[in-house]
Formats: sequence, structure tokens, C-alpha cells
Amino acid sequence: MSRRISYREALREGLREALLNDPRVLLMGEDVGRYGGTYAVSKGLLDEFGPDRIRDTPLSELAFVGAGIGAALGGLRPVVEVMTVNFSLLALDPIVNTAALYHHMSGGQFSVPLVIRMATGAGRQVAAQHSHSFEGWYAHIPGITILAPATVRDARYMLAPALSDPDPVLIFEHAALYNMEAELGDEEPVDIRSARLMRDGSDVALITYGGSLYKTLAAAEQLAMRGISAAVLDLRVLRPLDTGAIVALTRQCRRVVVVDEGWRSGSLAAEVMARIVEHAFYELDAPPARVCSEEVPVPYARHLEEAVLPQPEKIIAAVEALLGVSS
Amino acid sequence: MIAPPPPSGPVPYNRDFALLLLTDMLRVRRMEEKSAELYGAGRIRGFLHLYIGEEAVAVGALHALQAHDNLVTTYREHAHALVRGMPMSAIMAEMYGRQEGCSQGRGGSMHLFDRTTRLFGGNAIVGAGLPVAVGLALADKMLRASRVTACFFGEGAVAEGAFHESMNLAALWRLPVLFCCENNRYAMGTALERSESQTDLCAKASSYGMPVLRVDGMDVVAVHEATLQAQARVRAGEGPLFVEYQTYRFRAHSMFDAELYRSREEVEQWKKCGPIHTYTARLKRQELLDEEAFLALDAQVAAEVDSAVVFAEAGSDETFESMMADVHTSGGLSR
Repeated sequence: MSRRISYREALREGLREALLNDPRVLLMGEDVGRYGGTYAVSKGLLDEFGPDRIRDTPLSELAFVGAGIGAALGGLRPVVEVMTVNFSLLALDPIVNTAALYHHMSGGQFSVPLVIRMATGAGRQVAAQHSHSFEGWYAHIPGITILAPATVRDARYMLAPALSDPDPVLIFEHAALYNMEAELGDEEPVDIRSARLMRDGSDVALITYGGSLYKTLAAAEQLAMRGISAAVLDLRVLRPLDTGAIVALTRQCRRVVVVDEGWRSGSLAAEVMARIVEHAFYELDAPPARVCSEEVPVPYARHLEEAVLPQPEKIIAAVEALLGVSS
Repeated sequence: MIAPPPPSGPVPYNRDFALLLLTDMLRVRRMEEKSAELYGAGRIRGFLHLYIGEEAVAVGALHALQAHDNLVTTYREHAHALVRGMPMSAIMAEMYGRQEGCSQGRGGSMHLFDRTTRLFGGNAIVGAGLPVAVGLALADKMLRASRVTACFFGEGAVAEGAFHESMNLAALWRLPVLFCCENNRYAMGTALERSESQTDLCAKASSYGMPVLRVDGMDVVAVHEATLQAQARVRAGEGPLFVEYQTYRFRAHSMFDAELYRSREEVEQWKKCGPIHTYTARLKRQELLDEEAFLALDAQVAAEVDSAVVFAEAGSDETFESMMADVHTSGGLSR
């Protein structure tokens, strides 16, 4: 039976299911308990599961992420919520130097089955220090898996395979999506390996992830009205990248625009484009293009913030430039 | 800081245990002396941080723990791994970068890991082991295991945010962590009084509401007795406890250190209360040991070191393919 739920509710259902299914699972982070979660994702879970398993932490990202690693090493299956990606910089050391390295550096003796969730992205006028998109940075690091659920289905079902993974998994929830609603079937398990084609097309491949997915789909809709057939690929998994799906869609459309809310230089978009050039260079009819955030701190003023971020109009303009048409 | 008077009190143990403490201190000392020699010969590379002078701390403390306890250490951890039960050959092979090493040669001197003795590293980021220890203790508390997590770190770590955040978390949640601070007076070349406004480390820990102990870390008996008492309290569910072991490193910070920051006189003064010769003298005074027995023991340790070197020399190199396959746990996502 299909029902309509929000991205936030989907995340909560995923958490609740994990807590019910496995007594080793606990959720810890700032204000996950009494406050109900900064984005209200964990609202109600404290009453159901108690303060040991829905564990409020002090504002100590370094220590509670590191403690998540220790708890995972010690036999629990912790889900650590870092309020936003902006604050995850305070926990970079445990994520990069401990969680990602321990399995390899210990000669395969220790695994860190840890899930870290955090909100990411801009678009809500919360200014430069609260508007980062650093998931592309994290995707640079071997040893961790990077997920970016953009759909209600992924929000609902990505947590289970993430918790089943014996190694660290980081889940980036775009802050602009929490209120988004969609129809969801009863049981729609997902993998955490592959990209998903959200719209098929033949003239241009639009490759994106996270909060930019809906802007990209909106652009594709408008392009269709002008007779341009745009395919849209949701990467979903930022590490490891689904190179096969990226290359296949490139071959199908022969033109590509990558849409990424991160800053352009050294971005995830740059990595996607590199793979396209490495694997499908001779099948391209035009150089791959990208739409990223402008390289300035994200401003507070609404019109400036909108101007800095990828928008449907910018995506359409990039496609038109590739095709040599004008509106 | 002026060196303390040489430890001289009675040794309150039976002969077997008294000699076990001496044997382990000697094993650590001789293994590390050989490591330094092999470093000079180019057989061991990278960073090598010696524990020489501090042996009483690891030996006295670890013999106060139980076999199923967790251990988290720093990059100066050869002693902890060895005393905990890792074969000397596995440590030496690791320093050689051989796949027969405890971490398959991927970690080297600073990253000794051992699943069987619950040694969770070997962490070379100062302070980074503390939050991990807090998490291990959280798991034990929630899974109702009666384990203690012993977390070793130097006094340099108290300047890190990780120290303060971890102290707070462990005390707030009353977790079974034994914080073992090896105060050897210098964070690389920076003396404690040049880096801390409050040099009383126990005062820092006390401010988080946890009990503290300060011990002469040159006296293996004092270390052992204090740690026995401390681990019992932690195991009984009283929450975390902080022990400061006052000790001194006789050698340079690493093999790249010219030791410009301290005087030769200071080092010589501390060597007078060196943990091995003072303890040996006490054992002799109590007629638990004579010179002949000491020499026999030392020869036995030298033979162990020699065979560890032979093992490491004869070791093999891991293949490139197997190294690449281990970025993720097998059975997890394939890359």
C-alpha cells in the first residue's frame, strides 16, 4: 500500500526500524533526545527507546564521533548524528585518521561498523558558516562509503544497508529536503552501490545528487518543453562512484552536464568529469560541462544566495551552450 | 623538574611475580635498544619512539589489568604491546614492514594492533585514542561486560581538546575508563611548564569530577599498586579514574631529535632513579635475586631479542594486490 510521507519521516522510520531490529543500534548526537533532533528526525524516539539508546551528547563533535568509533569497535552499531556537515569539521580527525584507516592500518584486524548522519547544503539563508557542502571532500577518502539520499525512498531505506556494512558509512541529508513529501511503497529496499536513472533522455545527460536533484529535474522538464531530451542520473552513492552508470549514460547522450552544490575547484563534479573523460572521451560530442556553486562564501541575502547556488536556469544555460542553441 | 629520589621501598611480591616485573622491563629495554641499533643500520625506518626510561609504567600498570580488558595506546607503544602478550617477533617484524608483523607491516612502530589481546592501537595522533577509549567503554557498559578500558597517553595530550571532551564524556556517562597519563615532562621538545597554564594534571582531571591518583612512574611497585587500586574502582562501576604516572624518557623523542631542549645533567639525574637498576637493587637487597640470576635472566631476554630479529629478517613482503584488497572489510562493499 502506497502512502505519502516526508523525507524527515522516512529517515525516522529507518532509524526506528534499525533500533527495533538490532539491540546493538543506538543513536547519539547533539539534541537527538529531549529536543527531538535539530531537524526533528528523531522526534519521539527517546520515549520509545530510552536515553541509553537515544543518547544526547555535549557539544563535543570530536569526542562523540570518536566515541562512536570506539563503540563500533566494542560491538555496538552506533548511528552518530552530527548536526550539520559544518560542525563535522570539528570531528575530521576521528573520521579521517581513525575510522577510515583502522581496518587497513591494523592489518585487517579491526573494522569500524559506524554510521554517521549529517545535514548538508545551503538554500535556507543560514549564511556562510552553516551552508557548506563538503560531501565531495569526504568522498576523497578511501575506507569510507559516502551516501547522499535525495529521495524519500533512499531516506527511508539507505540506513539498513549502511548499518550492515562492516566499515564506516557517512550519510549526507540535504537540509532543504526534510519537508519534501513523496509516495512510498511498503517495502522498497535499496542498494548502496549504484546510481539511479531518474529520467531517461537522449540529447544530454544531467548527472547530479542530493539537493540539486530537484533543480536538475526541473531543468530537464523545461528543456523537454523546448524539444531537448535530457536524462537525469542521481548518483546516490558518492564513494564509490558508479562509474559504469556515469559512462553508460554519457555514451547514450554524448553530452554531459554535472550539477554539484559544492564549490567548483576540486569538486565531486570534477571527479565525475575526469571519469567521463577517462572512459568515454571519444564518444563525447562536446566537452563535459558543470554547474557548481560560485566560489564565494555563501551569503545570507536571499537574492545573493540564490545567485551563488546551482539553479534550473543555470543548468538550462549550460545545456544550451553545449548544444549550441539559445533560448 | 628535579628527579625524584630513587625508589627504594620493599618489594611486596613473591619471587615469581617480582621477577616477572623485572623480566618484562628488561624485555622492553633490550628490544628497544636493539630497535635503535637496527634503525641506525637502516633495517627499521620511519618514526621510532623509544620508551626507554619509562618501562615501570607499562609493566606495572598492565600487570594490574585483566586479560579481557581493552587497551588503547599511543605511538610510543612497543612496551604496552609486548607486556600485553604480543610476541616480540610480531613487533619486530612490524617494524621491519614485514607481512608477518602484527599489522601486516602496514603500520610500523606507531601502529601496533592486536585483536587477540584487545590492543586497539597504536594511535599516532596525540589525544586521538581518548575518544575511542570512551566509546569502547560505552559499548562495555551497554553490553554489560565487566571490562576496563585502559587508555594510555602522554602529558602532551592534555593540551588537546580531545582530552577535555573525553574526560567530560567519560565522567558524565560514568564509563569504565582508566585514563593512564604518562607524564614524561616533554611533549616532543616542549616542557609541560612551557605549554600549560595549569601544570597540575590531576587538577585538570579532578575538574571533571573524577578521582585521581599521582604515582612515581619510576617505581614499578608503586605503579602496580596504584593501578591495581584504580582498576578495581573502575571495574566496580565507580566511573572513570585518572592516574598520572610521573616518569622520564631517557632517549630522544624520536630518531630525528637532537635534544636541544633539555640538559645532559637533567637526563643523567633522572637516570639515577631508572626503573630497572633501582628495582634490581631492591630485589637483591631482599635476596629475591643475585647477580648470577640477573645475568641469566638478561641472557634469556637477549636470546628472545635475537630470535625476534631473525624472525623479522626472514619475513616476507605483502603483495600489492592483497594490500589493495583490504581498504574495506572483506564481505563488505567491493570496490
